[in-house]
Amino acid sequence: MSEARTVLIDPLVDNNPVTLQMLGICSALAVTTSLLPALLMCVALTSVAALAGAAISALRHRIPNNIRIIVHMTIIASLVILVDQLLKAYAFETSKQLSVFVGLIITNCIVLGRAEAFAMKNGVVMSFIDGLGNGLGYSIILIAVATLRELFGAGTLLGYPVFELTSNGGWYVANGLMLLPPSAFFIIGLLIWGIRTWRKQQVEKPEYQIHEVHRTEVF
Amino acid sequence: MEAYASLFVQAAFVENLALAFFLGMCTFLAVSKRVETAIGLGLAVIVIQVITVPVNHLIFKYLLADGALAWAGLPNVDLSFLGLVSYIGVIAALVQILEMTLDRFVPKLYNALGIFLPLITVNCAILGGTLFMVERQYNLPESVVYGIGSGAGWAIALIALAGIREKLKYSDVPDGLQGLGIAFIIVGLMSLSFMGFSGI
Repeated sequence: MSEARTVLIDPLVDNNPVTLQMLGICSALAVTTSLLPALLMCVALTSVAALAGAAISALRHRIPNNIRIIVHMTIIASLVILVDQLLKAYAFETSKQLSVFVGLIITNCIVLGRAEAFAMKNGVVMSFIDGLGNGLGYSIILIAVATLRELFGAGTLLGYPVFELTSNGGWYVANGLMLLPPSAFFIIGLLIWGIRTWRKQQVEKPEYQIHEVHRTEVF
Repeated sequence: MEAYASLFVQAAFVENLALAFFLGMCTFLAVSKRVETAIGLGLAVIVIQVITVPVNHLIFKYLLADGALAWAGLPNVDLSFLGLVSYIGVIAALVQILEMTLDRFVPKLYNALGIFLPLITVNCAILGGTLFMVERQYNLPESVVYGIGSGAGWAIALIALAGIREKLKYSDVPDGLQGLGIAFIIVGLMSLSFMGFSGI
């Protein structure tokens, strides 16, 4: 049981798919202008990752090694089509906002990466938990970024006003930059900085070491 | 003619796939450490994008869209839910064909591109280009122009980032920002400057 717990908890911070493994960044940035689509995206991705893990792991002894990528893609694409149709049926407005990004879960490297790295080698239940864990790790980052962007960009959370905007006679001047693409990059960059200051072992080695001595000589 | 030129500029700069829609980010960040490899990958993406967007357009128009099978005597069939599976299949197949063709006729380019060719299958910029084409209902010439423009825009952004990161190796970056962190901040600044194109 403890093994399952590690598999579930580890991707949340210590081995986070977005900030450490550098996977699935595209959608993490694109759907975070407000919280509601981000939440839906989290649910969609987590369920696809978990189910794809289970399905691929169940078939792992029958998938011929040399065409495995195509088999994975087909399984994942079928699951994504299911999710896409469900969203269109029950949350049509939000699915319009997500536009092509639900379809892009197919090429989201978290799903394919975990299928390749974990589900091909482990049992069905563990692969399901692994997919769940990685989906949740992705969700944490997504929700954090979306909360920041919606709160400071529009003064609302899930559409409810939190900060009273000046246009409505309040005190908060909306920061329009937060709703534009660049701010998503800045927020993730700073999040990574924060996480790596907290968890020192994630810090990357610089490719080129600057010697303190040389620097003082220059000045 | 003018409409196509403005579509090209819009696809390449204003709606840059990497910097405005965050597509192909994983490869974008992973392969932007050296200019040489960035150029190779950029070229490969342009080639694939130019082929896949029009081909997927034809597939959508004559096989999948609502009533598209009328020529086969099935006017009431709507197969558009099969879109995702077909597009990804087309992309995977085209990448494979291009790989074999290059290997046979232009081995030099094939060797230069190396591992990046097969990896393009899972690059979301390619699938994203196709999905945008379907969503915005481009016609055939428009989808060719959109393919060239969006591929070129992605390649320009990738090569520019690689150039910056090559210089950045020698800078004194705070520990926690080293590598991925600083790359994100730089991409943010680039995206900010690309937004300046939106006035054109």
